Amino acid sequence: MPDKEEELPEHPSALRRPADGVPDMPPGKPQSVAADIGALLGGLRMTLGQALQPVVTTMYPEDKTPRSERYRGRHYLRRYDNGLERCIGCELCAAACPVGCILVIAAENTEENRVSPGERYAKTYEINMLRCIFCGYCEDACPVQAITLGPEYELSDTSREKFIYTKERLLEPLPPDVQARLDAKERK
Amino acid sequence: MSIYNDPIGHWVVVIVAMVLLLFVVLTATAYTVWFERVGLGRLQRRPGPNRVGPFGLMQLAADGIKLAFKESFIPEKTDKLIYVLAPCIGVAAAFLAWAVIPIGLWYDVQYWIADVNIGILLVFAVSALNVYAIVLGGYSSNNKYSLLGGLRSSAQLISYEMSLGLSLVPTFLIVGSLRLRDIVEYTVSWGPYHGPIPLVILTPIGFIIYLVSATAETNRTPFDLPEAEQELIGGFLTEYSGLKFTMYYLAEYLNVITVSALATLLFFGGWYLWIVPPVLAFLLKVIAFLFLYIWLRATFPRLRYDMLMRLGWKVLLPLAIANVIVTAIVVVAVQG
Repeated sequence: MPDKEEELPEHPSALRRPADGVPDMPPGKPQSVAADIGALLGGLRMTLGQALQPVVTTMYPEDKTPRSERYRGRHYLRRYDNGLERCIGCELCAAACPVGCILVIAAENTEENRVSPGERYAKTYEINMLRCIFCGYCEDACPVQAITLGPEYELSDTSREKFIYTKERLLEPLPPDVQARLDAKERK
Repeated sequence: MSIYNDPIGHWVVVIVAMVLLLFVVLTATAYTVWFERVGLGRLQRRPGPNRVGPFGLMQLAADGIKLAFKESFIPEKTDKLIYVLAPCIGVAAAFLAWAVIPIGLWYDVQYWIADVNIGILLVFAVSALNVYAIVLGGYSSNNKYSLLGGLRSSAQLISYEMSLGLSLVPTFLIVGSLRLRDIVEYTVSWGPYHGPIPLVILTPIGFIIYLVSATAETNRTPFDLPEAEQELIGGFLTEYSGLKFTMYYLAEYLNVITVSALATLLFFGGWYLWIVPPVLAFLLKVIAFLFLYIWLRATFPRLRYDMLMRLGWKVLLPLAIANVIVTAIVVVAVQG
């Protein structure tokens, strides 16, 4: 049986075995105690210099870091200017959702009860926020731009039931800046 | 002082002093932790704790309450008596050192519990007990990381204890006393100047050896191998939680304050600082040393084990011995 130790490459970066001892210092500047102490003092000066610089911490929750315009936070269902719901209950969002967190149950619009301009509307629209991965595919899939992902990301709550966002919660008005941006996009 | 000659008065004074000390030192420890966290934060461009109370000053109360109300968990198959005893030894040893540390309160008023003529030896004797706290804690936890931490600690403390002791011998040679008060009160008459001097002027090398060895003795970064988080989880602290963890924590910071106070007393003239009132001068110097320890912690990475041993045995110990010999020769030559 060949000695496996011998077969290892003699490369300087090869793993050191316990018996090898400490390797020599790499060639370069000659060592001196003064240089070593100088290096230590240099390190101390560096950290003290950092202490005099301003603090970089963002004081969350008082201050928050800026988010992208297209940040994908909690969902909103939108309405038209005349108050009708955009959602037509087509369930394309539920089909596009990779984790299956959207539940849509559609119902027919009637003359007495017109909820959306189309034939049908979403009688039930629920999103399970614990499952949602905030990929935004629902927004892409929607043919009438009814669903959109808003900027809120602080979604913590006290029970699992509270994470199932019902239609009432999703229909809350969008933050004004997001509303303005979406309106501007549609006018183009 | 006459009150010290009356046996009952003496004990009253001592007990009052002990109660006072317990209160002052515990508070000081709490705020050392706060100072370290804020100082370390600033050195790393973070604000540090700033939520509980003004400037985060009540953070320690919050932490203390949290730790005190945690379940006092004892893992199975531990050596229960030693497991509980070990942190107690740590705290007791840390407090005992303060029995002989004098503090100048005002120009002619000084505070001490025991004015022992071998004061500094007593400090070393009790601070050496700290190694028992760590080794026994590591041994009794029935955890391989704890045991490794404990073993490392015993090797480290034994190695650095020698250079720590030897670093102070030149001071004793110059002053001619082991009493801490005598060392602080050491006065010189150099030409027109007559008064106390910081002994670091006479033994700078001794001071540097003391500084490095004391950092190693208190298990502070860059010598915190016994609890090296990255390789040993928490070393001897791994299995400790709740109040027993708090006791170790308290002992560690108490030792840091003790070491800073000793550096102040032995090398920087204790409570003498120009015209600054004594108690303020003493506090300022101790705080400066505490900051130095925090600064070192923020700057240097942990030493590898062989580097630690090499520094202790091949650098500090020979340097300390040489320092003793040279100082002895100079002292004999000057004093005749």
